[in-house]
Amino acid sequence: MVVSTKMALEGAHASAQAMRQINPDVVAAYPITPQTAIVQTFSQYVADGEVDTEFIAVESEHAAMSACIGAAAAGGRVMTATAANGLALMWEELYIAASLRLPIVMSVVNRALSAPLNIHCDHSDSMGARDAGWIQLYSETGQEAYDNTIQAVRIAEHPDLLLPVMVMQDGFITGHAVELVEVADDASVKEFIGTYTPKYSLLDIDHPVTFGAWDLWDYYFEHKRQQTDAMSKAMKVIVDVGKEFGQVFGRTYGIFDAYAMDDAELAIIVLSSTAGTARTVIRELRKKGLKIGLLKLRVFRPFPAQELVAALKDVKAVAVLDRSISFGAMEGAGPLFLEVCAALFAAGATQKVVNYIYGLGGRDVLPEYIERVASDLQEIADTGKVKSLVNYLGLRE
Amino acid sequence: MAKENATWREANIAGLVLEPGCTAEYNTGTWRVLRPVHDMSKCTHCLICWVYCPDSAIVVENGRWVRFDYDHCKGCGICANECPVKVDAHEYTGKAGKVIQMVEEKSWEKEEKC
Repeated sequence: MVVSTKMALEGAHASAQAMRQINPDVVAAYPITPQTAIVQTFSQYVADGEVDTEFIAVESEHAAMSACIGAAAAGGRVMTATAANGLALMWEELYIAASLRLPIVMSVVNRALSAPLNIHCDHSDSMGARDAGWIQLYSETGQEAYDNTIQAVRIAEHPDLLLPVMVMQDGFITGHAVELVEVADDASVKEFIGTYTPKYSLLDIDHPVTFGAWDLWDYYFEHKRQQTDAMSKAMKVIVDVGKEFGQVFGRTYGIFDAYAMDDAELAIIVLSSTAGTARTVIRELRKKGLKIGLLKLRVFRPFPAQELVAALKDVKAVAVLDRSISFGAMEGAGPLFLEVCAALFAAGATQKVVNYIYGLGGRDVLPEYIERVASDLQEIADTGKVKSLVNYLGLRE
Repeated sequence: MAKENATWREANIAGLVLEPGCTAEYNTGTWRVLRPVHDMSKCTHCLICWVYCPDSAIVVENGRWVRFDYDHCKGCGICANECPVKVDAHEYTGKAGKVIQMVEEKSWEKEEKC
């Protein structure tokens, strides 16, 4: 029987609560705004003896992920957290963690990458890591950040996957905003995540094993194929764990959250906190009779191409909102748009698609921006023409 | 040792090596550029080369120099550098120098008689 407590928590503190309950063997982390609230809070739990975790205060994020890799290869349940430039500094190790199939769980509190220097939210950090081989879950609220962090442990450690998982929340908007979060009792979380028994570990001295050995033209290719195979199995695991989480804790999670999509002719796709703003606007537009719906994507890696195509099959026009730019991509589009386009094209779909770049460096996302998107979508659906493929919301032009 | 030519379904996960010391069964000498050659008729079996070889690629039996292990020799040349015994004309190179000399790998054509 789960006993939940409603707590007023910042999103980052909700993540720290989840980490406390997970009680990982090792956390190696370096503070960076706006992730600091997670690591600072967690290190307090360590100092107070509320967890058994070996906390390694490292000298950089490069060292943080390196220490996590070593600890995970040694067979530990390992977590960390970072943001922005810290995530960028981990770039080399992100690939190594995924390639060595180490189920590390990391909170990312999304923040714009330098330069110019900016501490506020956009998704350029985690989107830059999208091809590193990590599963990526995006959270709209502190509650979702808490829930996703707990589920991430089960997903990462699933024997079919053994893949690291990043759990995102929007810097400041979610990370530093106080919301009501239902925190389950420690015992229920402990039971849900279970224990982790790695098949291979450096500390299993009766079965010595080498991690990260030389792997040239004769085998590297096969090992990359194994990785993409594991990623292809991840969606089912994510859905299964999300259902089981719902049965235990009362909040079920899937690949995306569909709002007002049943009879929708227009659709907006968005990640994380902006889904809240979009949902509010869509609720009002629905009252005015506009057949518009929202798909809030929770899982970006693996990308749910087939599921999105199915969810969009009766829609005439789709707007994809991106909080980052894939510089040099088609018309400077965002990564989410490019993935949606690829999915629709490969499925032979004929919906009109349009991209909006928004909220870079923490620029506010106002309801009227979403209203503009809705009005553009209506025009696109009526005329069958997309006047401008990539557009900007809230940019001074 | 992982199965040779394993498919991606058969290969060890993440390229893990699951047995210790398995390099003994694996040819790690494929990228050697220089090859040490040995003149047995002049060798004193002092085994200084055996002491210095960083890859244990000099095979010694009953206290006597037997052969190079070319599956593991990387051609670093330390043995040739450390060899203390001089020759006027090496058995294989014909050149004056030491009992162990280095030749270009490609000129040797993988003969097993050295």
